[in-house]
Amino acid sequence: MQWDLLLQLTLNGLIVGTLYGVVAMSFVLIYKASQVVNFAQGEFLLIGAWACWWLLTEFQLPFVWGFLLTLVFMTVFGVLLQVIVLRPMIGEPVISVIMVTIGLSIFFQALMKWMFGVFAQPFPPIFETQAVRIAGLEVQSVYLLSLVISLAIMAAFAWFFTASKYGLAMRATAFDQQVAQSLGISVRMVFAMAWAISAVVSAVAGVVVGVVNGVSSGLSFYGIKVFPAVILGGLDSVLGAVLGGIIIGLLENIAHFFDSTILHWGNMFQIAPFYVLIVILMIKPYGLFGTKNIERV
Amino acid sequence: MDGTVATAPKRWVDTLPALLEVNNIEVVYNDVILVLRGLSLKVPEGKIVALLGANGAGKSTTLKAISGLLKTEEGEITRGEIRFAGERIDGLDPDRIVRKGIFQVMEGRRIVADMTPHENLRLGAFTRSDSEVKADIERVYAYFPRLKERTGLAGYLSGGEQQMLAIGRALMARPKLILMDEPSMGLSPLLVKEVFGIIRRLNEELGITILLVEQNARMALSVASYGYVMEQGKIVLDGTAEELSANEDVKEFYLGGHGTERKRFKNLKSYKRRKRWL
Repeated sequence: MQWDLLLQLTLNGLIVGTLYGVVAMSFVLIYKASQVVNFAQGEFLLIGAWACWWLLTEFQLPFVWGFLLTLVFMTVFGVLLQVIVLRPMIGEPVISVIMVTIGLSIFFQALMKWMFGVFAQPFPPIFETQAVRIAGLEVQSVYLLSLVISLAIMAAFAWFFTASKYGLAMRATAFDQQVAQSLGISVRMVFAMAWAISAVVSAVAGVVVGVVNGVSSGLSFYGIKVFPAVILGGLDSVLGAVLGGIIIGLLENIAHFFDSTILHWGNMFQIAPFYVLIVILMIKPYGLFGTKNIERV
Repeated sequence: MDGTVATAPKRWVDTLPALLEVNNIEVVYNDVILVLRGLSLKVPEGKIVALLGANGAGKSTTLKAISGLLKTEEGEITRGEIRFAGERIDGLDPDRIVRKGIFQVMEGRRIVADMTPHENLRLGAFTRSDSEVKADIERVYAYFPRLKERTGLAGYLSGGEQQMLAIGRALMARPKLILMDEPSMGLSPLLVKEVFGIIRRLNEELGITILLVEQNARMALSVASYGYVMEQGKIVLDGTAEELSANEDVKEFYLGGHGTERKRFKNLKSYKRRKRWL
């Protein structure tokens, strides 16, 4: 056994997993608030990453400014997308809404390819040191940044949903839209807010991955990767999404380890999460943290 | 019967300034089902008004028409107008109406089960941005001391506690008018008494105007100063609580308690016939 490699891959898995967790959280946010299964979640990463890349390379902005501008842009993008495309779909059958999000996914894929080309583009270097050593393990500084940002986003989510009144309003809307409206909450506002937050958070993840691997259409694969994470955790649980993401990240890397040291089947890490997804759906159809309804009459 | 509304020269409600005025509204569900057919009522400022009637008469629909929640159920006001403090509010979105000072406590409590009572109370204050929310939560706890002890999820509260939470949540919005739909539903007689005691206190101590929909007519008339009786989407009778309590038809149909002879089949037939006239 190569313990060093296993340890390194486990660490990578944790870091990538938290990133999956963040994307999964933003997916669950939309699902919980507006009951839309968003197949275009991966494209949010892609658009965010390309927008940031464009700002950095075209205008030579410092990273922080480019990043902040990207977040502003994604807020507007999320709100507009909800208002223009998804608001008219409220009340339509679930399958129609899903078709719309799949359509959006294809549309944005094509649009990004048309605007920025099909080749991967590297981000301008952000850190002077590419990697740091922690306890004998090589960790890319971008990965460290990614971990910090992911944890910060999770903390922000936790605060938002328990302490801020808009977070409470979002939870109330997820629980029962009519009740929310009777309390004076504008459901339209909540939907738009959910999409905006989701777009922003996904874009952050997109930029982080872009900085590590360069920006290319492959980024949107993250949108597919979050499905096992989300379903593992339960489609409507934010905490479940985070844990699901971390588990999938670990799983990928551990599968990679066994693949490269023992099995030699090749590319195990890409499919392992989906095997797990199938097994989970058979055993626990609502995921580990899916809805348990409390009823008392 | 003698208490017909239209011919009465000056009703008690007309002598007071109305906070809420519903004028001849018609409500249609799903574009075809006519639920309210020309309903009018007035709620004077600072009073409790009861809206009585059998199941399916349209009482809840009336409340939802006022609070705007009708919109969330494919319902629509097709005629008439609703005025609150002189201002037209029919057609507004429910969140705008809450901001104007009308809060509906819906039938069946409808508290957010997967939140704590405290979070439910904070949600009630969603439309407010002042700094007194915390103090108001304490004030609500003063009314309902047992809510303060409950730190688990609101879904695990007893029915009575949920009703108190629902009322407390309404208080958090600092409304001028509370529309209360069946507060006695599913509660034990003792709890019903307690809840109605609270309703009276809210009215007396906080000056909140209340429009109360109730099946339990006796209880409702004991706290209300005025009452309307609804049947098939219309007001068929109205009067002060004393008048209604003394009215023979109201006694028979809504208050019960006429001894055992009423339960005979022969009488049931006449009961049904007379009910149609009402």
